[in-house]
Amino acid sequence: MADNSSDVLPGREARAHLDHFATAEQQRNTAMAGMWIFLVTEIMMFGGLFMAYAVYRLGHPQAFASASRDMNIVLGAVNTAILITSSFTMALAAQAAEEGLLRPAKWLLAATILIGIVFLGIKFVEYYQHYRDHKAPGFGFQTNLPDPGGIQMFYIFYFAMTGLHAVHMIVGIGLLAALLIMTELGRFSREYHSPVVITGLYWGFVDIVWVFLFAIFYLPGLHLHG
Amino acid sequence: MIAAPEITERNYLTGKEGVLSWLLTTDHKRIGLLYVASITAFFFIGGLFALLMRLELLTPPSDLVSPETYNKLFSMHGIIMVWFFLIPSIPATLGNFVVPMMIGARDLAFPKLNLASWYLFNLGGIVTLYAILRGGVDTGWTFYTPLSTTYSTTYVIAAAAGIFISGFSSILTGLNFIATIHGMRCPGLTWFRLPLFIWGMYASSLIFVIATPVLAITLLMVAVERIFQVGIFDPALGGDPLLFQHMFWFYSHPAVYIMVLPAMAVVSELVSTFSRRPVFGYKAVAFSSLGIALVGFLVWGHHMFVSGQSIYSALAFSLLSYLVAIPSAIKVFNWTATFYKGSISWDTPMLYAIGFIGLFTIGGITGLFLAALGLDVHVTDTYFVVAHFHYIMVGGAVMAYLGGIHYWWPKISGRMYPEGLAKLAALTVFLGFNLTFFPQFILGYLGMPRRYAAYPPEFQVLHVLSTAGASILGVGYVLPLCYLIWAWRYAPKAPPNPWRATGLEWKTPSPPSVHNFDETPVVNYGAYDYEALKGELGLG
Amino acid sequence: MSNFTASYNLFFWIMAAVCGFVAAGIAFFLILFAARYHRRRESELPPQIQGNAIAESLWIGIPFVLFMGMFAYGAKLYFDMRLPPADAMEIYVVGKQWMWKTQHPEGEREINELHIPVGRRVKLTMTSEDVIHSFFIPDFRVKQDVLPNRYTTLWFQATKPGKYHLFCAEYCGAKHSGMIGWIYAMEPHEYQAWLEQGAAEGGMASTGEKLFHQFQCANCHHFDGRGPCPDLQGLYGSTVQIGGGTSVSGPTTVVADESYIREKILNPRAKVVQGWKEGYMPSFQGQIDEEQILDLIAYIRALSPAPGGAIASGSGGALQGAAPQPTIIGPEATSIHNTAPYRP
Repeated sequence: MADNSSDVLPGREARAHLDHFATAEQQRNTAMAGMWIFLVTEIMMFGGLFMAYAVYRLGHPQAFASASRDMNIVLGAVNTAILITSSFTMALAAQAAEEGLLRPAKWLLAATILIGIVFLGIKFVEYYQHYRDHKAPGFGFQTNLPDPGGIQMFYIFYFAMTGLHAVHMIVGIGLLAALLIMTELGRFSREYHSPVVITGLYWGFVDIVWVFLFAIFYLPGLHLHG
Repeated sequence: MIAAPEITERNYLTGKEGVLSWLLTTDHKRIGLLYVASITAFFFIGGLFALLMRLELLTPPSDLVSPETYNKLFSMHGIIMVWFFLIPSIPATLGNFVVPMMIGARDLAFPKLNLASWYLFNLGGIVTLYAILRGGVDTGWTFYTPLSTTYSTTYVIAAAAGIFISGFSSILTGLNFIATIHGMRCPGLTWFRLPLFIWGMYASSLIFVIATPVLAITLLMVAVERIFQVGIFDPALGGDPLLFQHMFWFYSHPAVYIMVLPAMAVVSELVSTFSRRPVFGYKAVAFSSLGIALVGFLVWGHHMFVSGQSIYSALAFSLLSYLVAIPSAIKVFNWTATFYKGSISWDTPMLYAIGFIGLFTIGGITGLFLAALGLDVHVTDTYFVVAHFHYIMVGGAVMAYLGGIHYWWPKISGRMYPEGLAKLAALTVFLGFNLTFFPQFILGYLGMPRRYAAYPPEFQVLHVLSTAGASILGVGYVLPLCYLIWAWRYAPKAPPNPWRATGLEWKTPSPPSVHNFDETPVVNYGAYDYEALKGELGLG
Repeated sequence: MSNFTASYNLFFWIMAAVCGFVAAGIAFFLILFAARYHRRRESELPPQIQGNAIAESLWIGIPFVLFMGMFAYGAKLYFDMRLPPADAMEIYVVGKQWMWKTQHPEGEREINELHIPVGRRVKLTMTSEDVIHSFFIPDFRVKQDVLPNRYTTLWFQATKPGKYHLFCAEYCGAKHSGMIGWIYAMEPHEYQAWLEQGAAEGGMASTGEKLFHQFQCANCHHFDGRGPCPDLQGLYGSTVQIGGGTSVSGPTTVVADESYIREKILNPRAKVVQGWKEGYMPSFQGQIDEEQILDLIAYIRALSPAPGGAIASGSGGALQGAAPQPTIIGPEATSIHNTAPYRP
């Protein structure tokens, strides 16, 4: 087992590497590879839903466009903007951790969490509005628009996909909270900070999925007048 | 009987004692054994359902069990065998145990994730068993809509949930293997020096990771539709039942390659060790594994030739299905060629390997029939298909699994197994298997449909033959269960390399120490380089 | 036996022979090599042959060629099976848990049975009332899944009189194995006699006409071209323009075939013909069953001029040959010949 020399941070031994890895570098690279592979599985999972959405949209183009017109584009756009901002704060947090700057890392992680919570809050408001407007399939769905089957299909996918995304956000916020605690306890350093980087990858992915969701749910009806 | 000597050195079995040390282990070898226990239990539960089905099918009317019960039996047999036996079997048992050792590593990349995989697997299994005990599910393992979303009154959601959870177990195992094989090979072990077992496990892991999430989302949508009655796949509510089939088979076809690629991976090891030769055409076999994995994603529509899909889609899927058959054919020819002028041992693992090659060839050839559009129209949804996939899954994958278990048994347990009894069991399995499933090709050609509890009397003779075979096959499976349990305590101790094989796993003691290797090995020879190793193997 | 049986069997058994030969070869060589090269002493080390490019190329190349042949032959047979000929006599099938209901255009209805004449091409247009079923006649070598909310077709020509098994081949719930019956292929004159002693209520088209009035369709679909809804004469088989306005992709055309008519009855707000008001026609979902829809379709077909519209019947009587029947594909498509204009 290779012995790595490492800088000792005040009050805490920096760890070398886990037992079953040959070197710290192997551990780092493998951990990163693990997260990238996991993201591939996530792409396939969301991908299934995107593909099913595409099939139904091709079958009901007018309905999807009309239903999309009724979405709250302001809230959607705000959510998109703040989520992208949270990716920015996340990236900065990861960079701070890489450089061993734990206080900035802490505040940036907290900011990311806060934005995430705001995002979820806005989504909750939107969901509630849809429910009140009888646009929640399975909960008193009703529409006067033509092709009601197509309209309902749009909303099924809206709730399923943004719902799945929200679950991923909640998990992400949980991970960030854990990172925040670990940062507070001084677990990270210039030598050991992969969890922050890896979680940053996950958060970035969740953000990118949202951008696509925004495109397919909020934008289709924009060209329609009236 | 002379009591076999105790194994006294500290090894992964004796290292830490107590139930908790097993339930909280992160040692890939112990986890492999934990999986053996789980999947063996599921195998016999699924086998029990099969036995009940075959007993019912002895007579034309549905007299032993009601049609409703029969429908649940075949559904649960399929669900348990596919998701709780075949898919995890070789990867989670032999893969977990052998992969790190074969590449000179001390464990997988993510040992705790490995343990989590086992717990997720069991959780999924418990949820599915709950569905079974509460009354079962009767949609078939294929869950076609709208039967599963709207018409079935059985525990569809619970069954789907159990499968969904176990899917994450698969995904994490695949993720673990990919990261391990990429990042943790010992110095000198380049890709083309890897044993073919690793290539096969790697290709299977790619499928685990890419295909399984699609199943997860498909089952989730079925559950959502069933709970909220919202019509994603149900035409009465505006959905498309064919979309379900496309999504389901997009996963389930690659899934069958998850079941067979590891089996082929084992067979490559067995064929080379027991011919004492490199597998003929190493690179072709390695690339074939990848080829099967990749092209396997493009053929799912061959399950849907009569479904109502476009005939032009069907055309494309048929062509691609023939293309995916080519790498499998390459493997069969290359394995056979490995025997030529080899030094062939008839030890039990080799008997299973030979059985695999023969039976997989028959299964694969009948796949060619099914890939032919015009031929498929008649035989799809009949016993011809049932026979085809059982030849590959049982005649193929299960035999390879048993072969692998016997092959690595000395390494896993530190003991040998009774060779005479093992040969007898292998023969029983082979004969029982063929008697069970060959008549089913004929049944299918004659028009006997699948999933029928009752059937016209003219089919009875073939069914009786099939059931007779099934009872023999059952005995063939119970035998290893018994003698391996016996051998664990009482068989003679095994040397580190009883087969004089070349893999790195054979350089460890039998059983291995907790960390596998005291010093990381360095490799400067090819996977089956008997020439380079003949000195230390005592050959020539 | 049907027109497909002989060519199917020939293909099947040639493949069995070729593949059987290869499989036997593999088995032969495995056993031969295992015996001939059986290990003689424990420390034996055989020649370490790595591979042989020529051998490998051969056993990649030859299978490839063989496979392409199998593919081509299979595809040809499949296309023959899937594209019904223009002059086929029409039968309608409705599958439901757990029975088959067949309808002759002349009016005979059968349950789990179908009488057809030998020597005549027969085309089945089928739908399901509930789950997916599959219409399977083993002796004829034909099978086709029967789906809810959609029409699928199957065709054959019986070549020998006899009684042939009919099975449901797509698992459909509790009594799936009970959803079986018989196909009776009869000599043409016997079939004629059978037809004549059946159905007093008249053919499908006349039943459809009664329904057309019963459901008040005639109130809006006038035949003088001045009603609030389109005149249905000449509709069947023609190409109609739909969409435009709020459509993302602009107006498209579809052929007004069985699927289109069925969809209009059940979901009139979809695919409204250009120029007509959308939302005017009520939906009959839940009020009308699949068999009644088929009767109405038969009537609407009869409103189209020969030789295009009316249904070809087995009796060869007053009805003439039918238009080319589009097959059904995809979630929303009504025809693979989507924009081809109707041609007599």
